[in-house]
Amino acid sequence: MDAIVVGAGIVGAAVGEALAADGLAVTVLDAEFPGAGTTSAAMGHVVVMDDSEAQFALTGYSRRLWSERAAELPPDVEDECPGTLWVASDEEELEHAVRRSHFYRERGVEAEVLDSAALEKAEPNLRRGLAGALLVHGDRVIYPPNAARRLLSNAVVRGALAERRVRVEAIEPGRVRVNGSWRETAIVVNAAGVGAPELTPGLAIEPRKGHLVISDRYPGFCRHQLVELGYLKSAHSAGAESVAFNLQPRATGQVLVGSSREFVGLDRSTNRRLVGRMVRRAVDFVPALAALSVLRTWVGFRPSTPDNLPFIGEVDEGVFVAAGHEGLGITTALGTARLLADLVAGRVPEIDPSPYSPLRPMPEAQHG
Amino acid sequence: MADSVTIRVDGREIRAGSDTTVAVALINAGVWTFRTSVTGEPRGPVCGMGVCFECRVAIDGVEHVRACMEPVRDGMEIDTGG
Amino acid sequence: MAEVFDVAVVGAGPAGVAAACRVAERGARVALVDEGFRPGGQIYRHREGRAPAAIGEWMARLARLKVDVIHRTAVHDALRLDGKFQLRAESVHLEARKIVLATGARELLLPFPGWTLPNVFSAGGLQALVKSGLEVAGKPVVIGGSGPLLLPVAATLAKAGAKVELVCEQARRASLARALPWLARSPRKLAEALSYQAAFGPSRYRTSTWISEAIGTDRLEAVVTNSARRVSCDFAGVSFGLVPNVELAVLLGCELRDGFVVVDRRQQSTVPGVFVAGEPCGIAGVDGALGQGLVAGDAACRDVTVTADVEAARGWYEYKPPPLLRSFALRHEVLELARADTVVCRCEDVRLSRFDPEWSAREAKLATRASMGPCQGRICGPALDAILGYGADCVRCPAKPATFESLLIPEDRK
Ligand SMILES: Cc1cc2nc3c(=O)[nH]c(=O)nc-3n(C[C@H](O)[C@H](O)[C@H](O)COP(=O)(O)OP(=O)(O)OC[C@H]3O[C@@H](n4cnc5c(N)ncnc54)[C@H](O)[C@@H]3O)c2cc1C
Ligand SMILES: Cc1cc2nc3c(=O)[nH]c(=O)nc-3n(C[C@H](O)[C@H](O)[C@H](O)COP(=O)(O)OP(=O)(O)OC[C@H]3O[C@@H](n4cnc5c(N)ncnc54)[C@H](O)[C@@H]3O)c2cc1C
Ligand code: FES
Repeated sequence: MDAIVVGAGIVGAAVGEALAADGLAVTVLDAEFPGAGTTSAAMGHVVVMDDSEAQFALTGYSRRLWSERAAELPPDVEDECPGTLWVASDEEELEHAVRRSHFYRERGVEAEVLDSAALEKAEPNLRRGLAGALLVHGDRVIYPPNAARRLLSNAVVRGALAERRVRVEAIEPGRVRVNGSWRETAIVVNAAGVGAPELTPGLAIEPRKGHLVISDRYPGFCRHQLVELGYLKSAHSAGAESVAFNLQPRATGQVLVGSSREFVGLDRSTNRRLVGRMVRRAVDFVPALAALSVLRTWVGFRPSTPDNLPFIGEVDEGVFVAAGHEGLGITTALGTARLLADLVAGRVPEIDPSPYSPLRPMPEAQHG
Repeated sequence: MADSVTIRVDGREIRAGSDTTVAVALINAGVWTFRTSVTGEPRGPVCGMGVCFECRVAIDGVEHVRACMEPVRDGMEIDTGG
Repeated sequence: MAEVFDVAVVGAGPAGVAAACRVAERGARVALVDEGFRPGGQIYRHREGRAPAAIGEWMARLARLKVDVIHRTAVHDALRLDGKFQLRAESVHLEARKIVLATGARELLLPFPGWTLPNVFSAGGLQALVKSGLEVAGKPVVIGGSGPLLLPVAATLAKAGAKVELVCEQARRASLARALPWLARSPRKLAEALSYQAAFGPSRYRTSTWISEAIGTDRLEAVVTNSARRVSCDFAGVSFGLVPNVELAVLLGCELRDGFVVVDRRQQSTVPGVFVAGEPCGIAGVDGALGQGLVAGDAACRDVTVTADVEAARGWYEYKPPPLLRSFALRHEVLELARADTVVCRCEDVRLSRFDPEWSAREAKLATRASMGPCQGRICGPALDAILGYGADCVRCPAKPATFESLLIPEDRK
């Protein structure tokens, strides 16, 4: 059976790999090159999240899949396992940390609560006087552009074709249109990220812009991915724009700082004011950051959905969607690919696919 | 040298003209390796004008300072990581 | 509160100094910002009190005038804000109604085996270090690469007492001969070229010659030329032409053509209020840069046509340099010197074998980290474009490494 995957971001590449492993004759098409889209802009934090049971199921499953293949990832994927420190500013947030630790541990995810002193020892560059933190073990950091390239090359090893600079203009059951002519295929997977709604009209995906700032190399500056516990409040707040403290040690010794969220369409310009706010937030948590040297800022567009869950499943006969992974697509690419391959093959997936169905009812959009 | 200053490079004292740069002072003193590259190669200044970043050293504890853009100052502590 | 200048000039080379002087002479409030610790830029680089006459004249003119000279300040971001321009640097945010970008050029470096050894410099880099006091007296040096820059560099070295063993120009003699009629039209240029040759001895200047390898363990010991000649040397200076510094112009949205900023006769870019002078809008040499600086300065402070004396100051610049530069067109052999294991991106140590000819600059960066280091692709970017046709990567702020602190908006600084 033939399959065409539209989009060679991390999701399309993973889907291509999974379908090729099932013996399908896969072609992965990308309008630019593998990993050129949102994947090129992502932090690469592979993280278990607990916003909802469905989100936990997919992130937990996917993180397990990443850790299972850690040994086979080439060095340029920069895979590391620093864990995540969810930093609590005050007692209220620390209580939240305790609740989350229970949630994780009940579900088999190793997590512990650090008090103020333990946090200080774990991350000496954090400002003094923080209440503590939730330490989630097993969360990883990878380099997304090369992770996508790797998944795609695995697909190619299993017989898939990868074509670059091929823009798909339309998708219909059994075929896709390229340069005005139709290419036949049994299965089509729309994995076009923020471009997915163009090919599957009505798909509720909107670009949610984010900025990142990366430093020069300062090995040992921090050891864990650091995120403020208040992150969930700001990340999912309905407001037009928000920032949160998110700081990542890269395998190179660099420090990568996020995060910002805003809905401004596909405007690629750097919002200096928002970057300023984001950096302010980071410096408030990590004062020594102020003096480090920055090499670059950039932007990316999270493919966001109204309920913060991706679309994974069939929308029309033989037409599947794997898109809308918002700020978690690097993490969830592997779980998504397995789920999708199971649905295509008619197998029973390891986790319940219904929360991610593209046909599920949608809440009202959260912003104006 | 009419005016000269004393700086320390990796703990060793060297004297240099007061109107020169750290890059020039180091090379004149026989220090050619300013940094070790990410795969461990010795590197020194190239462009002499602040563009290539090959002349990076730590000065008085501040990392990644371009030696070619930095005038020498008496008592400066320079660390090449060597 | 940021100060508001009538005009802010970025870059204190000949073009920027001329522009700033002109603006000040017209009575407008002007700032001249430069990354170096002394005005003069590349060509006018000098040690305190040892400035040659031509520089002295301009420096005296600058000193007489009311110009706010701001040294040691790298502008890392430029943007339009409330009808003005804002220039951001490490410790200052400058505001100005008009800006003149006179950011000069850097050298084109091409990778060859051994080029990363300590004491292998760019040609201009070696010259700059000598001008800041590098001791070369009695030491053997080799200059290589291509272009009109090699001669003055060799002359500077010779005057400082170095033994200039060899000046390798990759271009063919016949190709250089084609530039002669052009040089003849500018007797000063011709005289200059001859005086350079006299300084280090004409027999040392070899055409169709290039350094194919630099040899040494922890520093340069010798170079090997394409005719397999081994020349022992302590220092080498190698570069293959100039690359305009257009980053700030790009951040401001100025249109480029063939890598240069498009300007009109008043040196105004496609962004009103942004004037560009010197190398970023065409490789023009000192005289051209001075002329363009005067025009830009004039135009930036008055919304009238450029005066006749300033037009005249442009002088020979109207004889566009391309014929000369074409004479130095790079031969394929020098684009093929790097071996599979030769480092191309020096910040990230990315070797030639990693690059796929099918890529663009952006894909190469994402796949290999080439150009992700602190030079922000200024060295390997143009090299990869020359040898693999990758084009240019996009520019983002900060256009020079800057601290996190300097990315804060002023009201957010502590
Ligand atoms: C700032 C930022 C930080 C992030 N950090 C993290 C993180 O730490 N952890 C995490 O898990 N996730 C993170 N994410 C989210 C993650 O980047 C995305 O969820 C993920 O990259 C989505 O992958 P994708 O393959 O769906 O989309 P993309 O990577 O955008 O891939 C889609 C591909 O489809 C191609 N395409 C589009 N339209 C067409 C067409 N018509 N024809 C052919 N090809 C087409 C595009 O060229 C593109 O290559 C972050 C995102 C941002 C913006
Ligand atoms: C984990 C990770 C680590 C990284 N580490 C580094 C690093 O150490 N050093 C480093 O330099 N980079 C680093 N990068 C960033 C990389 O260089 C890219 O900037 C980043 O991946 C974003 O990719 P991009 O090509 O989409 O964005 P960009 O390269 O920023 O831009 C993409 C497109 O946007 C357009 N564009 C750019 N600026 C504007 C503008 N102002 N207005 C409108 N359009 C614009 C360009 O023309 C281009 O086509 C890293 C990236 C990741 C994911
Ligand atoms: S020598 Fe190039 S930046 Fe100093």
